[in-house]
Formats: sequence, C-alpha cells, structure tokens
Amino acid sequence: MLAVNFLLLGAALFAIGVYGVIARRNAVMVLMSIELILNAVSLNLVAFSLMTGAVDGQVFALYVIAIAAAEVGVGLAMVLMIYRNRKTIALDELSEMKG
Amino acid sequence: MFGAEVLELSSGWFLENAWLTGLIPVLGFAVILFFGKKLPMKGAEVGLASMAASLVVAVGAAVQWMQRTNSAESSGEEAVSLVQAFGRSLPGVAEGAEAEPFITPVATTWVWWQNSGLEFGIGSSVDGLAVLILALVAFIALLVMVFSVDYVRDDRRYTHFFAAITLFAGGMLIMVMAENMVQIILGWEIMGLTSFMLIGHWWEEEANSRAALKAFFTVRVGDVGLLVGTAIIFFGANQWAVDNLDSNGFNIAAIQAWALSGEANTQLLLWGAVALFIACIGKSGQFPLHTWLPDAMAGPTPVSSLLHSSTMVVAGVFLVARIYPVFWEAFNIGTGGLSFIAIIGAITIVIAALLAFVQDDIKKVLAYSTVSQLGYMMLGLGTGAWLPAVFHIFTHAFFKCALFLCAGSVSHSGSHHSFDMKKDMGGLRKKMPVTFAAWCVSTLALTGVFPFAGFWSKDEIIDNVGNNGYTFLMWVGLFGAALTAMYMTRATYLTFFGEPRGAAAGDHGHDDHHLAHAEEHELAHAGVARSLSAGANVKSGVEGSASDEPHGGHGGSAADDGDAHQDGPHESGKLILIPIVILAFFAIFAGFANPTPLASRFGEGVELIKKYVEPRSTPVVAEEFLASGPGESIVLVDGVAYAPSVSPAAEGGEAGAEKSGCGFTAPEAGTVCFFPGVSHAEPTFAKILLSLAVVAVGYALAIGFCVLFYGRRDPRLVGLTERNKALRGGFLFLKNKYYLDHLYENVIVHAVAHPIAKTAYWINQHVLDATVDGVGTSTRRAGEWVYDNIDQKLVDGAVNGSGWAASEAGHAMQPTQSGKVSQYGALLFGAATVGAIVLVLVNVS
Repeated sequence: MLAVNFLLLGAALFAIGVYGVIARRNAVMVLMSIELILNAVSLNLVAFSLMTGAVDGQVFALYVIAIAAAEVGVGLAMVLMIYRNRKTIALDELSEMKG
Repeated sequence: MFGAEVLELSSGWFLENAWLTGLIPVLGFAVILFFGKKLPMKGAEVGLASMAASLVVAVGAAVQWMQRTNSAESSGEEAVSLVQAFGRSLPGVAEGAEAEPFITPVATTWVWWQNSGLEFGIGSSVDGLAVLILALVAFIALLVMVFSVDYVRDDRRYTHFFAAITLFAGGMLIMVMAENMVQIILGWEIMGLTSFMLIGHWWEEEANSRAALKAFFTVRVGDVGLLVGTAIIFFGANQWAVDNLDSNGFNIAAIQAWALSGEANTQLLLWGAVALFIACIGKSGQFPLHTWLPDAMAGPTPVSSLLHSSTMVVAGVFLVARIYPVFWEAFNIGTGGLSFIAIIGAITIVIAALLAFVQDDIKKVLAYSTVSQLGYMMLGLGTGAWLPAVFHIFTHAFFKCALFLCAGSVSHSGSHHSFDMKKDMGGLRKKMPVTFAAWCVSTLALTGVFPFAGFWSKDEIIDNVGNNGYTFLMWVGLFGAALTAMYMTRATYLTFFGEPRGAAAGDHGHDDHHLAHAEEHELAHAGVARSLSAGANVKSGVEGSASDEPHGGHGGSAADDGDAHQDGPHESGKLILIPIVILAFFAIFAGFANPTPLASRFGEGVELIKKYVEPRSTPVVAEEFLASGPGESIVLVDGVAYAPSVSPAAEGGEAGAEKSGCGFTAPEAGTVCFFPGVSHAEPTFAKILLSLAVVAVGYALAIGFCVLFYGRRDPRLVGLTERNKALRGGFLFLKNKYYLDHLYENVIVHAVAHPIAKTAYWINQHVLDATVDGVGTSTRRAGEWVYDNIDQKLVDGAVNGSGWAASEAGHAMQPTQSGKVSQYGALLFGAATVGAIVLVLVNVS
C-alpha cells in the first residue's frame, strides 16, 4: 500500500508543521512551518490522486505550490516590515490585535 | 344579395385626412403656448398658419366630397337598371324613378380605447354636413384671427389670446368631424373650456370674470344633458348596432340607423333626444338658458364674433343636425308632430328679438340677434326643414361675423373702446365709410332682404315651416323677421346716423367712466331699476360695465391706427377692414350656394347645398357597413346599394299624406337608413313677396320711429315709457331680461344653494367633525397605550436585552483575543482537529 505510506508521511509532516506554527517564536520559522503544512497537503492530494486514478489531485497540488509561493512572498514582506518597525521578529511580542 | 350593385365612390387624400383640420389647431395651440412669446409676432403667426392649413385641408375635403357625390351620380343609372334586372320590388318608387344613392361618409379613425367589444375612436368621419361646417369654421376663424392681430395688439395676454382662440376653433373642428359621440363630447368640452378662457380674457375686472363663470356654468347645466343623453342613446342603440352593423352605440352612423330602424325603443329614444336637446339649449343659447350669451360680450370682440358666428353656439344646432334621425323619430317630426325643438326655437326667436330693442350696447344687440337667429335654425330643425336650417348656419356665420367685426371696428377706431350706442356713437357713417357699408350689407343680409344671403336661408326656413304644416310657427317666424328688421334699424341708426355723441364726437372725458358704470351696476343689482326713458342721455344698461373693454388693453401703437385718441373717430386699419370686406362680400353672395327659388328657372343644379350636403334618404344594405376587425374602427365601405327612396313627386306633399321610405316606414330587412326623407317646400312667388313685405313693413316702422324718436325728439314719443304704465311695465320687463337672471341667481341658486349649504354645514359640524374628532381622540388613546405597553416594554425590552446579551458574550470571549499569533494558530488547529474528529465520527457511524 504505497499510497498509505504517502498519507502517513503527509500526516507526519502536517503534525511537525503544526508544532512549528504553535511553538516557534521566530516569525520566519513559523512561515517555514506553514510551508511544511502546505507541502503535507500537496503530498496528500497527490496520494489521493494515485488512489483514485484521477488527475485532479495533481492539478490541485500544482495550484497549492503556486499559492504557497505567493503566501511566502507576502509573509516574508510582512516580516521584513515588522522587523523595520520593531527591530524584532519575535511573535510573542506582537500583541497589537489583543481584543 | 345586393353584391352586384356595389359601385366605387371616389375618395381622396383630403377626405381621408380631414382629421388634420382638427389636429393642426390643437398642435398650434401647444406651440403657441410653449414658444409663442419668443416668436416675432408673439405667437399670432402660428395661429394664423395653423388655421390657414386647416382651411386648405377643409376646402380640399369639400372639393373631393363634391367629386365623390358626382362619381355616384355618374354611375347611378347603371345601378338602377341592375336593381330592376334583379327583379327586386321597390316600395313607393315608380318605374324608372331617379335613384339618389346614399353617399357613405369617409371615416378615418384611430382607436384609443377598446374593451369587451366596445371601442372609442378618434378621427374624422366626413360627409357633406361635416365638410360644409369644417370649411366654414376654418374660414371664419382665419379671418377673425387676421382681425385680432390688429385689434388686440399690445394686449397684456396677446399670446394666450391666440393660443386660446386657436384651440377654440380646433374644438369646433374636432366636434364637427366626429365619428362617435365620445369625440363630440370632447370637442364640445374643449369649446366650453376655451370659451371660458376667452370670455374672461380680461379677468382683472370682476364683471368679466363673472360673465365667464356665468357662461361656463350655464353651459355646464346643458352639458349634463349631453352626457345623460349620450348614455341613454348608447344603452338603447348598442345591442341593435352590434347585431346589425357590427358597430356600437356610440357610433353616430349606427345611432342614425338605429333611430330610423323602426326597432328603437321609443321611450329611450324620446328621453335621449330630450336630454341631448337640453345640451343644445345650453350651448346654442336657446330659451331659457340663453342668458349667458349676451354676458359673453365681456370677452374681446373677435371672440364674440367667432363665438357667435361659427363656433360654440352653432355646436348645439350642429349636434341636432348631426344626429337628426334621433330627433326626427323621437318627436315625430316626420308626421307633423309639434316638437319640443320647434317650440323652443319659436319662443327663442321672439323673446330674443324683443330683448334686442332695449339694449344700448351694440354687441348685446347683436348677441340677442344671434340668439334669435339660432332660434330660426332650431325652428327649422324642429319642423323638418333640415336643409334650410343647415344653410342658415352657413349664411348666418358670414353676416353675423361681419356685424361683430364692424362693431369691433367702430369701438376700436370710432368710439374709444366703448360699445355704448347711445353714449359714444352716432353719426359715424361719414367717418367710417367702409365699416358702415359692410354693416349695411350685413344688416340687409341678416334681415333677409333679397338678394342678400339671409334671404335665401331664412325665408327658406319660414317657407318650409309653413309647408310642413306648422302655420302658426310660420307666422311666428315672419313676426321675428319683422322684429329683426326693426332692431337692426335701431342699432344702425344709433351707431351711424344722427349727431355724434360722447367718444364719437371726440369727447374723451372718460376718466370717471368706469366709476359711473360701477355705480350703475350697483343700482341695477340692488333692484333699483330706474325708470329710464329711452332718451339720448340715458346711461348704459344693466350691465354696462361688462361691455367696456379696458382702455389700456390695446392702445393705438399700430402704425395704421394712428393717434386714435387725439384725432377722434376715423376709419380702422387695413388688417381690420380686410376681413370685414371679405365677410361682407360673402354676406351678399353666400346665399347663391343654394338659391331654392331659382331652382325652378335654372334647374336643380343651382342648389349646391341640397345636392352635396343633404344626406340622401336611401336605404343602404347593412352588410356593406362592415367592421374591419379588432383594432380598427368601423369603416363605411365605399359601397352603395340602391333601394331608392320616395320619388320626388311624392315628396313635399301636405302633412298627413301617405309617405313611405326612410323616416316614415321601417327599412326592409337587411337594409338601414341614415337620414329621413325630409320634404322640401316649393317656393312660390306669393310667399316670397309676403316675407319681403313683412321685412319692408318692419323697416318702415323702425325707420319712422328712429327718425321721430332719436332724430326729432318727438314729444309724443319721448318719455312714453314713463307716462304709460303698461308700456313702462313692458320696458322694465325687457330691461331686466324677463327677470330670468333674477330667477336663476336669486331664486333658484338661492333656494337650492342656501338650504343645501346650511345642511351641509350642519352635517359638517355635527356629523363629520364629530366623527373625525372621535376617531382622532380614540386613535390618540390607543397610541398612548401602545407606547406605554408595547413600545416601551416589549420592543425596547427586546432591543435592550439582545444588546446586553451580546455585550456579556463579548466579555466572556475577550480572553481568547490575546493578540498572540501562536495562540490563534493553536485555536485554529484545535478547532480543525475537533472538526476532523466530528467528520470521522459522522462518516464512520
């Protein structure tokens, strides 16, 4: 069961990504974790495509890669701006949105 | 069955587009109203152009109608032979008798309302009567407008005057060409409205606006009759029209055919005819609703001229002539019944002529003269003399219009805008020779002197009235003719002969003019009817102030007007004289359009009006009267079938003789009649001499009286009304116009209006106000309760409660909004995890 292996790998990557998003303080590391999650999702989509034999999942994977590139671009730009304003990129010091 | 006999009648562009004559003035009215003030002639040119265009179309239609009639003549014999070949028996017709085909009108209509088989069209239905009056109205209106250009120059509402007078003529044209009763009502009401606007043109003076209101309301009294009569006739005729002609009860041709079909309900016919004739009494100023006409003199003279010659007052006569079969059958005119119409007409002739004797206002003399002449027309129609009555409309229009314009000319240039014959006129014949000549010609025409226009028409009416068996009414007509000669002599003498008086003598001391009039007005209304002798120094009549046109209205800025106010009386300018001269020309020669007494010498061809205007009383096959399908109106197809009417020899017999044909016996099954077989009198030399002698006696008496009374001031005559009680009573009776105005204003209006007003006030105070107050109070109480209980407690409570709940929930959730991104991420993923678990559980189980 090759596909199950892929799914297991995807789940592992997802879990690592979630851990990174929640636990890391450095914003760049959080972004990298998000990339991990997105790659896990892509892997899952390709795996499902393999299981069903339909090509749709692979097409979606291509879209996810494109969106991931855009998201990382935006994210890094925000991080850069935050650094310029605050001279830090530690996320736990950013609580502007406190309600 | 008659298919083979159908023949083609010629038509033409003007006949089919005669509706343009009505549409053009209406458009002209709109153009003048919107753009008139910016135009170089202040809108007058639009009025003139539109009326000239209407005249061209109307004359074109008249010419084509004559061609159409001739086209039937030329193929008539062929058709008769066809009828005989088919072996059809024709009642009351000798072998080979001349067959005069019924000439179907040319209808062009546009349907604007349609519901459940009933449709209203607007457009034109042209026959001989219509083209005659269309051309007449357009012609007279055009001349009156030319006259007005100078006469009302520099008036403060010059543009509006032309707008209204254009629409006024347009209203008459719309009515004349009507194909159904709805369009007749439309034109009728347009005239009612515009006459109100024109009579009250100088509304700043109260007397003028009162006169306008009086005219409007008096005519409205009659208008109720028009609506009721139309409704009655509709309910009577509709089913018959649908069954037989595929038409409806508003179509005039269908109404005519229904009335003559012999299947009409006599009660509906009678009451419909009575109601419609009441409308004609109001519109045409017949007794007892004639009181508005003399007061209508408050309007500018061109308005009086147009109103009294060819539009408005003729509308009532025209309506009777148009749906003549209804009156013919309802009042048994064909069998010599003494009709309502004839009685009213005869009364009107005499009472109006008598009233003309005591008027000092030249226009009021003419106004009563018009009322009297309209009485002749009604008398003619009421006794079966259709053709002379219609002919009298035609000739009367020319000479009466000319007389009014002469009066306007005198006032404009001779008497400093006064119309008072006794105060401001006299001796004008040398100063105003053209006006005087035109006045004389028109007076001779009005009084029926050979060979002027009135002779041919009025004497025909009198002759036919006698011929149809109404001997007494004939003598009434002759008496009226003598009276006409007398009062016109008096007016002529006072205006043009004798010594110049007042303004005519160059005296313009008019500064206190209005004051004097106003004072007299008050006196007259207070019932202090002063016993004025008819002497030369008598002041003006009961309503003198109504007749004075404002001095500032048309000051002499016209170049040809000269300095009227410095030079005294002088002849009027060209724009005023040209229409008068043209009309005087027609006053001489219009009678030769139908010189019946000459017919025996020159053949019937000279009777143009008889040949082309009088509808033929020939039955028409009903199937030829087709509807063209939904969305289109009923069109009388150009087909004619022959079942000839009574032969000419059988016509003109004495009343009570056996008559058959249309109007006497019901038409055969499958055929319909549109016009009754009216008889025509054979003119005899003796009758002509009699009527001329009567007129001559009238003239002789009047001239003698005028010379003695006004000229030499014979002591036996001056002051006679003061010395003789009977004469004084008669004079006062006439001076107060038979007290009809008192009756209407003080008795009827008072008696009707005051109790009603009081009752209405009581009901208003005690019933309506109480109800309104009660409703208001209870509403306020209910409102207060609702405010206290529902609004404050329920609604506000709900709103406040939801706000409070939201606020508390927000406070409870506040800690989650830490601003920490990682915490948000944890929540997000936690929620996703929970969602995933739920998804798995749902799918597995």
